[in-house]
Amino acid sequence: MSNTSRRRWPLLLPPLLWQLTFFLLPLLFLFVISFWSVVNFRLEPDMTLKNWDFMLSRSSFWSAYGHTWSLALGAAVVTTCCSFPAACSLAFTVSERTRKLALMFLVVPFFTSYLVRVYSWQAFLADNGIVNALLAVVGIDGLPMLNSDFGSLVGYVTLALPLVTLVQTMGLAQIDRNLIEAAHNLRAGPVRTLFEVIIPLAKPSLVVGALFAFILAFGDFVAPTYLGGGAPPTLSNLIIDTTKSGQQWPRAAVVAIVMILTLVLTSIAAVRLAYGRRK
Amino acid sequence: MMLKIGRWFGWAYTGYTFLFILAPIAASLVFSFNADRFPSLPLKGFTTDWYGGTFTDPLVIEAFQRSVMVSVPVALLSTILGFCAAYCDFRFDFRGKSLFSLLMLLPPTIPAVIMGLGMLSYLSRIGLAGEVWAVLISHVVIALPFAMAMIRLRLAQMDSALEEASWNLRASPAQTLWHVVLPFCKQSLVAAFLITAAVSFDEFAVAWFVSGLNETVPVRVLVFLQGQVSPVINAIGTAVFTSSILLVAIGMAFSGMGKAKRAAADTPAQPVGGALVTNNGLSL
Repeated sequence: MSNTSRRRWPLLLPPLLWQLTFFLLPLLFLFVISFWSVVNFRLEPDMTLKNWDFMLSRSSFWSAYGHTWSLALGAAVVTTCCSFPAACSLAFTVSERTRKLALMFLVVPFFTSYLVRVYSWQAFLADNGIVNALLAVVGIDGLPMLNSDFGSLVGYVTLALPLVTLVQTMGLAQIDRNLIEAAHNLRAGPVRTLFEVIIPLAKPSLVVGALFAFILAFGDFVAPTYLGGGAPPTLSNLIIDTTKSGQQWPRAAVVAIVMILTLVLTSIAAVRLAYGRRK
Repeated sequence: MMLKIGRWFGWAYTGYTFLFILAPIAASLVFSFNADRFPSLPLKGFTTDWYGGTFTDPLVIEAFQRSVMVSVPVALLSTILGFCAAYCDFRFDFRGKSLFSLLMLLPPTIPAVIMGLGMLSYLSRIGLAGEVWAVLISHVVIALPFAMAMIRLRLAQMDSALEEASWNLRASPAQTLWHVVLPFCKQSLVAAFLITAAVSFDEFAVAWFVSGLNETVPVRVLVFLQGQVSPVINAIGTAVFTSSILLVAIGMAFSGMGKAKRAAADTPAQPVGGALVTNNGLSL
């Protein structure tokens, strides 16, 4: 017993100390500085609630909060719905080989910078951009897409779609085919099979995929800035503005803590939904 | 009949999904050679000026050198620490182990802006913010989980009898680790090294917060993006994309060569693909 414990310390300590010192402490430190004050553009240790009061009493903060929340929720719903047919198709109707190849392609975006992809979307969505040029061919007048919530959503979906499709495909591929065939034999139509067999069985992967999309969208600042136009701001925009222009790190820390709390609560709710109360 | 139509519809839809995913990448490739500095549709003709302009820009060159200088040590450190963490998770049982694994794997789920702010305030307190060190430290925190996940996947494939046999043959735990476990994980170690290097090379948000004047390549891209329209972004993006894909291809070829064909057949580059799955999602 003491032998294995002696053996594990040399392996356990380095990563543990690293993540404690450079991951956990910085996050806890955020909490600490949210009670500090800024004097002459310098951070001074303090024990004040005025940063919390300043942020939480502003309606602009709460409207940014609502905006971020609804954008992230929209991103989760849109991404989940968009990727589900593709995931079904990949999980049920193609060979193992094709599926592996498709999953490989889903990994490709990882090797391109998200920034570059967002910049590229600007060319698609601009008023005189590619999409509007194509629409003009079929006689549809220019649609404003850039610098709107729609633009932000395109960015979020770009960010999350590959991952969500992967998660869903892997979840769906694990479903026991016999259950689907049993439903078929019992004369359930395709729609009924989908809603009463496939979706309940795939629920964990659907919810986890949606949660990933929510988390990614909730924290992203690139899409709302460069595709959404930055107004109204999201919470991450707020953090950046507060940090970069005003040196008001304590106030930004308040926003960060509210964000973390929101994400933790959302994750707990999602995990409950995914794994709890299964019939 | 209905089913067949449904099937074709599904394939067509999947095709469109892939089109959506790949379109911005393809467009950035095309526009990087387009003579018009504004990315719009009638293409104006072929040029390599943007590449020329990019790779003679001293700021870009400097950023590139800095990115390499950061990502190589980041990859090395995160692979080593990731191996330690993965092996602890695989081999030992101890109180608080799930807490330990959670702490190891959590960083990529924290929004980069928050990580950036936390790192900035913390590291500036200990006098490191604005230094290249700050980028290195933060990137190890973010990249370590990916290395750990990949190596852990590989360890799960290891027959635990392998280690026991080695202990029975009187190899010490350290010898077993060195002569049995590490060689077994070799491919995933290489893959983890390459992936964590890519994570570091691609990370812009935390780096932007903590790097001060020491811009890395993606931070430079962000600065370009804040300015006006710049085809240079496409040129940098395409160049970085090509080199990352090359690196991964080399990594896969390497892991295939590693242990003759038997080992390759055992695990056909599975660790790479498998871990990318985790990776893709959580970085960013």
